[in-house]
Amino acid sequence: MARLNVNPTRMELKKLKARLATAVRGHKLLKDKSDEMVRRFSLIIKENKRLRDEVEKELSETLRRFSVARSVTPAYRAETAFSMPTVAVKAECGTSSVMGVDVPDIRLVNEKRADGLPYAYSEITSEADFSVAQASALLPKMVALAQTEKTVRMLAAEIERNKRRVNALEYVMIPQLEETIKYIKSKLDENERAAVIRLMKVKNKA
Amino acid sequence: MNEGRLAIVGDGDSITVFKAAGVATFPAESAEKAQTVLRRIAKDYQVIFLTEEYARAIADFLKRFDEQPYPVILSIPSKNGSSGYGIEQMKSAMERALGVDILFND
Repeated sequence: MARLNVNPTRMELKKLKARLATAVRGHKLLKDKSDEMVRRFSLIIKENKRLRDEVEKELSETLRRFSVARSVTPAYRAETAFSMPTVAVKAECGTSSVMGVDVPDIRLVNEKRADGLPYAYSEITSEADFSVAQASALLPKMVALAQTEKTVRMLAAEIERNKRRVNALEYVMIPQLEETIKYIKSKLDENERAAVIRLMKVKNKA
Repeated sequence: MNEGRLAIVGDGDSITVFKAAGVATFPAESAEKAQTVLRRIAKDYQVIFLTEEYARAIADFLKRFDEQPYPVILSIPSKNGSSGYGIEQMKSAMERALGVDILFND
């Protein structure tokens, strides 16, 4: 490992020792952070998998049902029946912090609709009613999945970054500082020995 | 807490049902169209559902949303059923973060 390009003086030695102490402390803190993030990550990703499986299953079912409903209704009537939604789903969007990473925190705002469906019952088959009800019921879960999945991705990126920092400290910064400190120490020792010898020689001549 | 809105982008058949459920729908016939639509609505909608076929095609474009909390873009199966894209995404995130597979190691 290359040592830093500094003058071998006592001043530098003192500075480097301080830097080493900081680096070691920082390394320990970052490593702890990394451990905790990994722990949280593994919890969140399990949750994510559970939600993902549920949503995929239920959504496929809903869409299949809906396509049946569509296929028995003329296309233009299906279009008009669905083109005027009576409600718009609202969500509260905030952020929460997971290990210092700002992740989305979404909550659906429940608004009761008057009759439940945006079209008259005569317009379309009951299969459509079911699928719309299913889709509405599925929304909270989908939003929850959206939130966890985003959290997983952001956390994964943060863990990666943090790991890089830890490694940079562990394998570059700290060895470099140690090596430089060693070099300065040996240089200073040598100067001292040289000074002693010089004194002895001068004394012998006198 | 800010108010957020939900949107869904996908091919016509897969998203109509969500229109009735109260989600803003943006039909797109192709992945390129979906990308244009996303670019337009990314600021106005906080939660955007996108069907898997398109999400897979424009994955590189979607990466730019990974860094900030919003908008949240979620890939969902379309009417053709799940292609396993969501699971793939989870796997890659897991490999990035942990280096090992803790969920699907069977």
